[in-house]
Amino acid sequence: MSSFKIFDIAGSGMSAQSVRLNTTASNLANADSVSGDPAQVYKARHPLFEAIRAGLGTNGANAGVSVKGIYENPAPPTARYEPGNPLADVNGYVYAPNVNTVEEMVNMISASRSYQNNVEVMNTAKEMMLATLRLGQ
Amino acid sequence: MPMKLDAYLGVHATALKVRSQRTEVIAANLANADTPNYRARDIDFKAALAEAGSPNAGVHLSTTRAGHISNSPVNGVPAGELKYRVPLAPALDGNTVDTQLEQAAFAENSVRYQATLQFLSSKFRGLMTAITGQ
Repeated sequence: MSSFKIFDIAGSGMSAQSVRLNTTASNLANADSVSGDPAQVYKARHPLFEAIRAGLGTNGANAGVSVKGIYENPAPPTARYEPGNPLADVNGYVYAPNVNTVEEMVNMISASRSYQNNVEVMNTAKEMMLATLRLGQ
Repeated sequence: MPMKLDAYLGVHATALKVRSQRTEVIAANLANADTPNYRARDIDFKAALAEAGSPNAGVHLSTTRAGHISNSPVNGVPAGELKYRVPLAPALDGNTVDTQLEQAAFAENSVRYQATLQFLSSKFRGLMTAITGQ
């Protein structure tokens, strides 16, 4: 029966959103992980989403979502002058990750809402199928 | 005289099928609400139902070369009835899913699915009454 695919679709959406939530958690946790070497410092990570389907003409009716990969934000880290910090380099600078906390909070809310959306889709699909099973009783 | 069950159930059996396909398409839109370059789609329900019920159902153009565009059904949905949504405000990343609109369409579709189920259910109940005579 074709409607079982809804569980795959909504499930793929939930999995993708939880990867996004994971990267957000990782970024927020490391927002203050400073380092004395700009090459060693943590870089913000973001997932890249991609629809799983070829096109309209081939098998395009149902499209789940997959995480194509996770990329690191290439923006340079912020240099902070903290000569007292034991991690500081010879010039007295430490380097903070390029994590934008406000952006991450927004990402977190958006990911959580999208996750809830997929859960609702799955619940509704389940109820519809159970109702179909009870047909004629 | 043998009774034709398909004719007795009328349009509802086909409607249930198209509704469940539409649920799938809208679920895919919602799952891809954050996917760059994803274009939201929907089924033209009226056309899909008419197509499924017409005597020409199952008649399709044949594709004899690689570049030909097929109009054969995609997972049971006639390809012509699966259409891209016209975006009200497309996002910069090329995504055209309007989550609120899709949620509303999903809710509407599931209510109508259940209405169709009710119709089918009462058809069956009527049949049972006729059989048992009670």
